[in-house]
Amino acid sequence: MTLKANAEQATKHSVTKHTTIKSSSTESLSAESVIMGKVSIEHISLESSTLKSTTLESHTQSSPQLSYRHAFMLVLKRDLTIAMRHKDDIINPLLFFVIVVTLFPLGIGPEAQTLSRIAPGIIWVAALLATLLSLDRLFKSDHLDGSLEQMLLSPHPIFILVLAKIFAHWLITGLPLILIAPLLAVLLHLDERSYTALLLTLLLGTPVLSLLGAVGVALTVGIKKGGVLLSLLVLPLYIPVLIFATSAIDTAALGLPYSGQLAIIAALFFGSLTLAPFAVGAALKVSTN
Amino acid sequence: MWKWLHPYANPEVSYHLTNKLLPWFSGLAAVFLTIGLVWALLFAPADYQQGDSFRIFYVHVPAASLSMGIYFAMAIAAFSSLVWQLKLADASAAAIAPVGAAFTAIALITGAAWGKPMWGTWWIWDARLTSELILLFLYLGVIALHNAFEDKNLAGKAAGILTLVGVINIPIIKYSVDWWNTLHQGSTVSKLGKPSMSLDMLWPFIFSFIGFSFLVGVIICLRFRNEILARNSIRPWVRELVKNKAC
Repeated sequence: MTLKANAEQATKHSVTKHTTIKSSSTESLSAESVIMGKVSIEHISLESSTLKSTTLESHTQSSPQLSYRHAFMLVLKRDLTIAMRHKDDIINPLLFFVIVVTLFPLGIGPEAQTLSRIAPGIIWVAALLATLLSLDRLFKSDHLDGSLEQMLLSPHPIFILVLAKIFAHWLITGLPLILIAPLLAVLLHLDERSYTALLLTLLLGTPVLSLLGAVGVALTVGIKKGGVLLSLLVLPLYIPVLIFATSAIDTAALGLPYSGQLAIIAALFFGSLTLAPFAVGAALKVSTN
Repeated sequence: MWKWLHPYANPEVSYHLTNKLLPWFSGLAAVFLTIGLVWALLFAPADYQQGDSFRIFYVHVPAASLSMGIYFAMAIAAFSSLVWQLKLADASAAAIAPVGAAFTAIALITGAAWGKPMWGTWWIWDARLTSELILLFLYLGVIALHNAFEDKNLAGKAAGILTLVGVINIPIIKYSVDWWNTLHQGSTVSKLGKPSMSLDMLWPFIFSFIGFSFLVGVIICLRFRNEILARNSIRPWVRELVKNKAC
């Protein structure tokens, strides 16, 4: 709370100076910018001292203003470090993915033909569910220990910070999923021609899942029992990805070109890449209040 | 236009506006629905292919198109609440959501009832049915998110963001489902194409459509009024109102 007050005071201060200088003359515009710069430096150092990682501080000391790329990399590094120290968070969704896929042959029967027909659907639905399971850790722990609030208070655009967090989430959950998917495809007798399609759709599709899911998590992060609600909010939004991805894999199995489906998934990816972080930022502001 | 709209940001003024609108809406809804439905169910000629069972169309189609329209109305309310920070827009979005969900459910149920004699099953994965089902899920998500927050203002904002995300996704979902359907479904199930209607079938439809639209207006006005009163229950004008009603 004191930090908030400080920051507010600082901005007020700068605003008053700003107006007086502007009214006096145009020559002192440079002075104004210097003052503004100083204020923002103060602001940043205030911020970074409260952020948990020590690397942040050293960086701010060396360069007065963090560039967007720097801010992105720092948040990314921080999230990856945290994930590496809680390896369960990486392994458990992956195990879930494998187990769900193994359940289907047991439930449906071991006929290779049936399995290869439904393999794309099973792998993709399991991937959706595994992503959904892992989404919770995207903002939850940061919300609980207060570092999320600090990030929102920092002078950098939320877009960058959120994008870094989502990218980290994809590296932690999406990438292992893609790496293990061919193994599961073997278990399900997926058509040999579909392997590339499976990998490509997963490569383009799983970031969309992380991006759209982040909106859902950001909305439910302040709610105590947000888990079930999250699936209700997010799963309907995943439908287009599911449709186009499975269809691309099916088309590949027939030996037909599937670049159209891939192009649409890529469009979904870029659309959500540009729009979702804004929605996530707005939602986080609501959730942290 | 802003000058004209401006006073309605005040809860009391909008409350009285709904009071003025309600009798008009309910009167028009009653007139149009009676004319439209009586005409449609008793006097309109039966379809040469579908017989009398096509008459459910007079309920199904208005409900289906209104269900989509109501979502857009909710999205507009959510947008104005997020951009201009209008608390009343939140209240209206909260009032609209369950109405939309109800109309989507009506469209689904009547669609299933229509499908039984036409297609021989209650449910087929027809593109329009499927996207209607997904629309229902979106509505339920918005309502669930609304209920999950204890603070009404936060709930309104969160649900508003979700509504806007949904409104961007609705066309994408709709087209992807259409595309999925044409790809997976063979020509075994011929979709009911929209037959060019004769005029004595079209007129009752127009009447019932207008009637249902006014009915939606009535329900939303009632719910909106309720929301205003619930959110402003501490305000003196509400207390005054309650006292006057109680006497």
